[in-house]
Amino acid sequence: MLNRVLIIFAHPLFEKSRINRELVSQVPSQEGITFHDLYELYPDFNIDVEAEKALLLAHDVIIWNHPFYWYSCPALLKQWIDMVLEVGWAYGPGGTALQDKVVMQVLSTGGPQAAYQHGGHNRFTIREFLAPFEQTVRLCRMHYLPPFVVHGAHRLQPAEIRAQSAEYASLLRTLQEEALDVARLSQYTYLNEWIKETKVL
Amino acid sequence: MNGDFLAQALVYLAAAVFCVPIAKKIGMSSVLGYLLSGIVIGPYALGFIGQEGQDIMHVAEFGVVMMLFLIGLELEPAAFWQMRRSIVGFGTAQLAGTTLLLLALFMALGWSLTMALAVALALSMSSTAIVLQTLKEKGLSNTIAGKSSFSVLLFQDIAVIPILAILPLLATTAVLPHESGHHSLIDDQPGWIQTILVIGAVGAIYAVGNYAVVPLLRLVAKTGLREMFTASSLLLVVAVAFLMQQVGLSPALGSFVAGMVLASSEFRHELESDIEPFKGLLLGLFFIGVGASINFQLLAEAPSQIAMLVSLIIGIKLLVLLSIGKIFKLKHDQNFLFALGLSQVGEFAFVLFSFSSQLQILDSDWTGKLTAITAISMMTTPVLLLINERFIAPYFGTKEAVEEKAADSIEEHHRVIIAGFGHFGSTIGRLLRANGVEATILDNNSDQVELLRKMGFKVYYGDATRLDLLKAAGAGEATLFIAAIDSPEINKELIHTLTKHFPGLKVLARARNRFDAYELMEMGITNIYRETLYTAVHLAVDALSQLGFRKYSATRQGQKFIQYDERGLTKLASSRHDLSEYIMTARQQIEYQEKLLHDDLMQNFSSEDHSWDGTYVRDNLLQADEQPLTPSDVSARKE
Repeated sequence: MLNRVLIIFAHPLFEKSRINRELVSQVPSQEGITFHDLYELYPDFNIDVEAEKALLLAHDVIIWNHPFYWYSCPALLKQWIDMVLEVGWAYGPGGTALQDKVVMQVLSTGGPQAAYQHGGHNRFTIREFLAPFEQTVRLCRMHYLPPFVVHGAHRLQPAEIRAQSAEYASLLRTLQEEALDVARLSQYTYLNEWIKETKVL
Repeated sequence: MNGDFLAQALVYLAAAVFCVPIAKKIGMSSVLGYLLSGIVIGPYALGFIGQEGQDIMHVAEFGVVMMLFLIGLELEPAAFWQMRRSIVGFGTAQLAGTTLLLLALFMALGWSLTMALAVALALSMSSTAIVLQTLKEKGLSNTIAGKSSFSVLLFQDIAVIPILAILPLLATTAVLPHESGHHSLIDDQPGWIQTILVIGAVGAIYAVGNYAVVPLLRLVAKTGLREMFTASSLLLVVAVAFLMQQVGLSPALGSFVAGMVLASSEFRHELESDIEPFKGLLLGLFFIGVGASINFQLLAEAPSQIAMLVSLIIGIKLLVLLSIGKIFKLKHDQNFLFALGLSQVGEFAFVLFSFSSQLQILDSDWTGKLTAITAISMMTTPVLLLINERFIAPYFGTKEAVEEKAADSIEEHHRVIIAGFGHFGSTIGRLLRANGVEATILDNNSDQVELLRKMGFKVYYGDATRLDLLKAAGAGEATLFIAAIDSPEINKELIHTLTKHFPGLKVLARARNRFDAYELMEMGITNIYRETLYTAVHLAVDALSQLGFRKYSATRQGQKFIQYDERGLTKLASSRHDLSEYIMTARQQIEYQEKLLHDDLMQNFSSEDHSWDGTYVRDNLLQADEQPLTPSDVSARKE
């Protein structure tokens, strides 16, 4: 294994989310992949900052896996960002602890991709909405990869959900096994495309 | 004299210290331990003490007086008034029923009416010392059986007064008052003055208790001398007992009234903790005296006669008590506890026998035999209760369980078991139930059990520390066991049984405080919930908020405090081993608290959350001004 992958998962109502249960079920329990369920660990929002920092240091690829709530992430993940990415550690003078790690987001949205277009229902693209996350990652001297997005989560048929989660599984495998060419991957809008391509190849 | 005293004290204390822990270890009550140690050091075994066991008993009877004072302290007059019907009902039924049956028995044996009546009255008494001590030790004082037993005992205490008055009337020979041993100041007065004096004395206790004792205690408390307070407490009890003896009332009864008067005063707990050890020691001494005074020689001479009488007397008492329990609709388990508990002959019988013997109603041979019978009957109670606990009560508990299973055999065992369904346990049960999780509940309060069954909870009545009950409740198959019994001691006992017999079962344990938590940790429990932590932190957070702290900051401090405290607990658990072996005194606990508070200040657990702290962030970023850091900078560095 080349990269150690940390999935920071945040879903306040995980048990009711079809799509996220299916996605998470694809996370292999094996060395090199850590599934870190924030709402299960910190139901009182009392994040153990030191433990989180240690966890970050022990991984190379960090995935923020969450539903896309109000064009952003659930509150606990924001709390996590607020608390863990400390000045002088993650950013600012001497804040080099996370340098050169790779971060990406795995999202589920209710709306279809067509809604996230200029002139679409939501008026902005997903990538535009994710700008604060992208910049947070860059400020911490890390590399931001395009997201893996499952659109229209409520409308997906069981077969489609299975297909999406299979892609997620292969994303995890690829992230783990391949040397990541950040510049090349950054050209994709979504990493879903990359996975489809590599699968074809 | 001095050396003699020391030698005696040595014998008594050593006997108690050796026998009682052994008795407790093998599951007997301390009463039996004391009785056995009395026999061991008595004239018929090791012979360390001779016949003075009797005298010791008379001194030690004062323990009973103290016990009733303590009981009075726990019972406010209003609560007592509520019990009046139960006292009269249970009391008359027991006394009349037992006396009549025993009278019939003795008449059938060909005794004279006088002797038969005097002995029947004496034998109908039960032992306050044994019953209340045992009930308290087993934590059963507040059960229906416990309260009913108390009613009977209290009525007997009151009844002693008329009985002592009747006995001389039965006597064929006149006795001079001063020979009776119950000479009181008012004996020579005409009856109506006596009545007035008796009422006056009780009234005096009430008035003096309310208007003189409390202010006096306040004064003493101000001196700050602990031993002065202890002395005052003792003085109070002794004075009341003395006064009562002077007017011919039972000292125990008087001190009970005095206790009740002081129950609502602010000194209630102080008095309790001051008198408690004296009571305990004196009662222990009393039981040792009983053990030592059993005349084994008499036993050896007529073993079958004594054995027959003991079993007949206990049998009759049991019969009467069981019928009363039935009439008053006690549940089977409560009824057995009630009847077996009160089945012995009480310490008042010793007094009544010696009095009767002075009145020449009884000859010395029978006095000796009856005294021995009384003492032996006292020995049987702890054994009977033990048998009840092991063999009879489980039968009711498991029988109910079996019935329920038969009625609903498809139903599987619940995944969760809750032991103890008081305020703590029921809160847990309600929250689980609101989320569709049904739990099997164990509780030893039969009223509670009935209510819960009506509400559709699956409840097993009984002592949760019993292995068979745990098995019946499905502890072998359950996922979670919630140990939420009110008494930390019983809870620990339960957890001990659980960890021993169901090692795979996950236990969530209630603990009263950190000292309980330490013990639970030593048993290997990791999920420990201290009653005194979360509520207190919650309160402190609100206090901080009331003082102007932002609620969220205060809440975070509270969260951190809990975290810090729980980590500290684990750390300290290992280092406190030297303390765990013996009971922590109040002083040690205070020192410990001091250390904790000191550590909090030093360790500064409450370091700021700098994530949102603008000043902190600014200070850090200002350093960067010399080397401005922009995103382009970052990418430049990467290249």
